[in-house]
Amino acid sequence: MSERTPQGNAGGAARRPFFRRRKSCPFSGPNAPKIDYMDVKLLQRFISERGKIVPSRITAVSAKKQRELAQAVKRARHLALLPYIVK
Amino acid sequence: MALYEHILIARQDVSSAQVETLVEDMTKILTDNGGSVVKSEFWGLRNLAYRIQKNRKGHYVLLHIDAPHAAVAEMERNLRLNEDVIRTLTLRKDELPEGPSIMMQVKAAREERARREATEGRRRDRDGYGDRDEFGAEA
Repeated sequence: MSERTPQGNAGGAARRPFFRRRKSCPFSGPNAPKIDYMDVKLLQRFISERGKIVPSRITAVSAKKQRELAQAVKRARHLALLPYIVK
Repeated sequence: MALYEHILIARQDVSSAQVETLVEDMTKILTDNGGSVVKSEFWGLRNLAYRIQKNRKGHYVLLHIDAPHAAVAEMERNLRLNEDVIRTLTLRKDELPEGPSIMMQVKAAREERARREATEGRRRDRDGYGDRDEFGAEA
């Protein structure tokens, strides 16, 4: 997306240098996936390589869904479906 | 009565028949205390994400339970005493999800794919480039 330069005229469309399109929450709207602690494949998209939960400011998950997601990840960790930490 | 979703993980060294008898025992405890098991799902032997009591794998079982709290508490007490069980999780649910869980859906899909590939006799053309000898060579 936008280059990290002071001018930031990449593409010519950027008035503000660090403008980034506002992403919408991946768990809201029609046919959004349901957050379930068994759905390892889904949860894996929201944890870092080291196994940490990715902050919602990066994933654009809404606050309500982020709380649900964190609960699900923690349950999955307890059941050894997800790691607590990846060394 | 309340609805519960319960997952237990059994040690890797026990056989799947032993796991089934274990689940039968737990079902009996629940029915004796006035409850019932709505559904049980055996996920089979899965790799654990980290080692639990030196185990790298475990038998996962999912139970959907409709029972009073006392029955579930009694079952949990027995599971804690049982050395074959390494992890449990009980969740109170307002309603139990219908149909097979995501885990079973994934498993079914994987088996379906394996079967299809077996009948085709070779692996699927994953990149859609067919049987070209050289990457990027124009047909």
